[in-house]
Amino acid sequence: MISKLKAAAAAMALAASPAMAVDLEFYFPVAVGGAAANTIEDLTAEYVAANPDVNIEAIYAGSYQDTVAKALTAARGGNAPQLSVILSVDMYTLYDEDLIHAFDDFATTDEDKAWLKSFYPAFMENSMIDGKTYGIPFQRSTPVLYYNKEALAEAGLNRAPETWDEMKEWAAKLTKKDDSGNVTQWGVRIPSSGFPYWLFQGLTTSNGATLVSEGGTKTNFDDPKVVEALEYLVSLSKDGVMAPGIIEWGATPKAFFEGQTAMMWTSTGNLTNVRKNAPFEFGVAMLPAKVSRGAPTGGGNFYLFKGGSDEETKAAFDFIKWISQPTQAAKWSIATGYVAPSPATWDSDVMKAYVADFPPALVARDQLEFATAELSTYENQRVTRIFNDALHAAITGEKSAAEALAEAQAKADDVLKDYR
Amino acid sequence: MVPPRPPIKERPMQRHWIHAWLLLTPAFVFLLAFTHIPALTTLWQSFRTTPRGRRPSRWAGLENYQELISDPIFWKVLGNNIWFAIGTIPTSILIALVMALWVSERLPGRGFVRMAYFTPTVLPMIAVANIWLFFYTPGFGLFDQITGFFGFGQSNVLGSPKTALVGVMVVTIWKEAGFFMIFYLAALQTIPPSLIEAARIEGAGPWTIFRRVTFPLLMPTTLFIGVNAVVNAFRMIDHIFVLTGGGPDNASSLLLYYIYETAFRFWDTSYAASLTVVLLALLALLALGQFFFLDRKVHYK
Amino acid sequence: MTRALNITGAWMLALIWVLPLAYAIWTAFHPAAYEARFDLFAPVTFENFAKAWEAAPFARYFLNTFVLVTVILIGQFILCTLAAYAFARYRFPGRDVLFALVLVQLLVMPDILIVENYKSIRYLGLVDTIAAIALPYIASGFGIFLLRQTFLSVPKELEEAAQIEGMSSLGIMLKVYVPLALPTYLAYGLVSVSHHWNNFLWPLIITNSVETRPVTVGLQIFASIDSGVEWSVINAATLMTSGPLLIAFLLFQRQFVQSFMRAGIK
Repeated sequence: MISKLKAAAAAMALAASPAMAVDLEFYFPVAVGGAAANTIEDLTAEYVAANPDVNIEAIYAGSYQDTVAKALTAARGGNAPQLSVILSVDMYTLYDEDLIHAFDDFATTDEDKAWLKSFYPAFMENSMIDGKTYGIPFQRSTPVLYYNKEALAEAGLNRAPETWDEMKEWAAKLTKKDDSGNVTQWGVRIPSSGFPYWLFQGLTTSNGATLVSEGGTKTNFDDPKVVEALEYLVSLSKDGVMAPGIIEWGATPKAFFEGQTAMMWTSTGNLTNVRKNAPFEFGVAMLPAKVSRGAPTGGGNFYLFKGGSDEETKAAFDFIKWISQPTQAAKWSIATGYVAPSPATWDSDVMKAYVADFPPALVARDQLEFATAELSTYENQRVTRIFNDALHAAITGEKSAAEALAEAQAKADDVLKDYR
Repeated sequence: MVPPRPPIKERPMQRHWIHAWLLLTPAFVFLLAFTHIPALTTLWQSFRTTPRGRRPSRWAGLENYQELISDPIFWKVLGNNIWFAIGTIPTSILIALVMALWVSERLPGRGFVRMAYFTPTVLPMIAVANIWLFFYTPGFGLFDQITGFFGFGQSNVLGSPKTALVGVMVVTIWKEAGFFMIFYLAALQTIPPSLIEAARIEGAGPWTIFRRVTFPLLMPTTLFIGVNAVVNAFRMIDHIFVLTGGGPDNASSLLLYYIYETAFRFWDTSYAASLTVVLLALLALLALGQFFFLDRKVHYK
Repeated sequence: MTRALNITGAWMLALIWVLPLAYAIWTAFHPAAYEARFDLFAPVTFENFAKAWEAAPFARYFLNTFVLVTVILIGQFILCTLAAYAFARYRFPGRDVLFALVLVQLLVMPDILIVENYKSIRYLGLVDTIAAIALPYIASGFGIFLLRQTFLSVPKELEEAAQIEGMSSLGIMLKVYVPLALPTYLAYGLVSVSHHWNNFLWPLIITNSVETRPVTVGLQIFASIDSGVEWSVINAATLMTSGPLLIAFLLFQRQFVQSFMRAGIK
């Protein structure tokens, strides 16, 4: 595929202009499986066809974790890609390593400057440092609640729960046991493997807590509101409405399809997957509220890496600008379920037609109003790991919520004190 | 094996020395470059800080080691690794021995049985772990399908800190036992049947024969396998990536996995170096133990 | 009585041992809907393999692995033969120390020294190349040790006869020693190929791209997508990656087992 693209582009470049073509490397993670990879490649091919003086090699680099590791590795080896889609939360790390450009430095025209302001503010929280834009939202998501309408109807419920209390109460009604007392259907499923902090932020945000302050140098893990959120999460398993122990993220949609759980929390990036595979009628709702609605944003931004020639960086900038325009962004959003990052995209005709046909797609957009930035600090991988370990310790009952979070706060302070 | 005999080429002295050194050069360039020198630079790096952004590396003395001593995760993964070794090594050696004894007998379908035991060894650990991850899945994995059939509830082996490491150990035993069986099979073939026959004529039962004749003769093999197994217990972490990612709360993380995370996820290479020094020290202890307490012939033959 | 017990035990264990693989094969050949409930009469399909093959560039991964194990094997044969020959047939100052250094590698494998080896490879500018995956393994302490033991057992008379015919040292090595050690080469070759086919951690660290990634790393990247996983497709991919070795093993089972045994007793 890639080599075909390159060959085609090379042939066109020869035919069109004798000028040297710019070669770009573009790393992307596909968090939603193979079909999405094809969409990226199609979009890239479209751009290359229209711009014969640019070759783009789109490299599938694996999961988000893999992609950032690969990009860092390559950059340290002196051959960074010119552009890459990487988790928005890795921005501080990339900045600290001095690996990325601010987009403002290349936005010379008024049009460019307007473009930088065209995205939802919720997404820009994770994309700016000191007023400069370092990331362009692209593969962005937010967690939502999926529910099995048939299972709810069976329990006499006809809408999604709207508050924490409601969710727990309903989950209890939805938990089914067989004659020997074994659970056959859980009420709700909030996966906790790998990166539990993200979905957990759905609870902290709706409880009015802010996990990180002071530009990524101070965490508030031991805030009583955070402790309360963790106690609520733990109580779901303790009170028998959610499976005990660490719940696998990857197996969650399957468990939902299999009727193992009546409700699940997962990324909007799974919307298309669920739509295709759920053997029953399902609904999508915002995460339940405590003091307010609330959810984190998540997913990946485009970053512009240092190390390329001016010409290459400019070409990468132009490509990013092109792919985030409404037509392209709508195509990507429809193919995957990721949230289109700009209001203009939602106003495009393609998107309007899609939403008319499939209203659940709107839930994520409407939730953005209540969304906050995903947990992101300096030394992000290490700090989130500390936080994840604390969540795991509490979920598995090794430590109390307060104890685990106090320890995590102390450890995070220790790591971050150098950056204040 | 054959004892070393006096080498043939005694003269002319100087010239054949140079021959020998030349023959050794290519191998030693690589050995030194990727084993011995890195082992030494690891030690050196463990006394320095990690360079970050615009802050260059500086001499840190014992800072990294102080951090290590006060790092609960380090002690946890070290403990895990020791439990992992204790849990997997004797079990897989015992199973391997039983397998070898069974397969070396006349047995209906011996070919199939031997294949069944040995096949897991051929598979990549990463593939094995993917297969097992599916079995462990709560609710609809193979385990829960089987236990559910007998009326038991769901299990969450990998999602509970009490069982996650055990879950990882089971996979390791499944993969390694067949490998060790091969060594026992080879050793069993070298035992002269006349010995067993003689014991039988003297009226010894199968258990006595095993205890008095077979097992003592297998002792060198057992030691060889043991050393191999210990090295593997500290080296093999592929399955951790797939099964648990070291979780929950580091309950199934092993030393080398922690080194990987520290170096390639947190980019703290100096701290990773001091962790590596601990690992090297453990292996050096093993080597010394082998040297002083065990018969050298056992290993070099 | 004991015999009946033994046979039952041996078969029980064999069935338990083969069950995980058998079930993985079963799910790979049946639609995803059946992966969570076993049904003997579920329709057979090859779709999972097609899906996996399409979703990731496995063909390229296979090529990378093939090149990798070949490069390593050739390098190991050459370097280990030369070194083993020197240790087996020459007496020279430093021999014991150098041999001890070789033996050190049986314990301290390059797998453990990932941090510093990564730095060296970066220094050489070889990050993300197949050569970089191979380099740390080219000189194998185990290989040198194994071949030295074999060379030591070659009868002295053969070498003396060759010397009388006027053969050079290297000639003797190639014409006398290597042919006599062929079974050891076969055994070591099989062990080496299966070891490096299955190796994961180092290639994971040192590769970034499709063009260099071996199948094990490719499989892991394929299986760790962040959305819902389809076990049947992942199982199909898993079987594909181990397929060539598995088939080779089933076809040449006897040789395989004997090779491992030979490598083991030395």
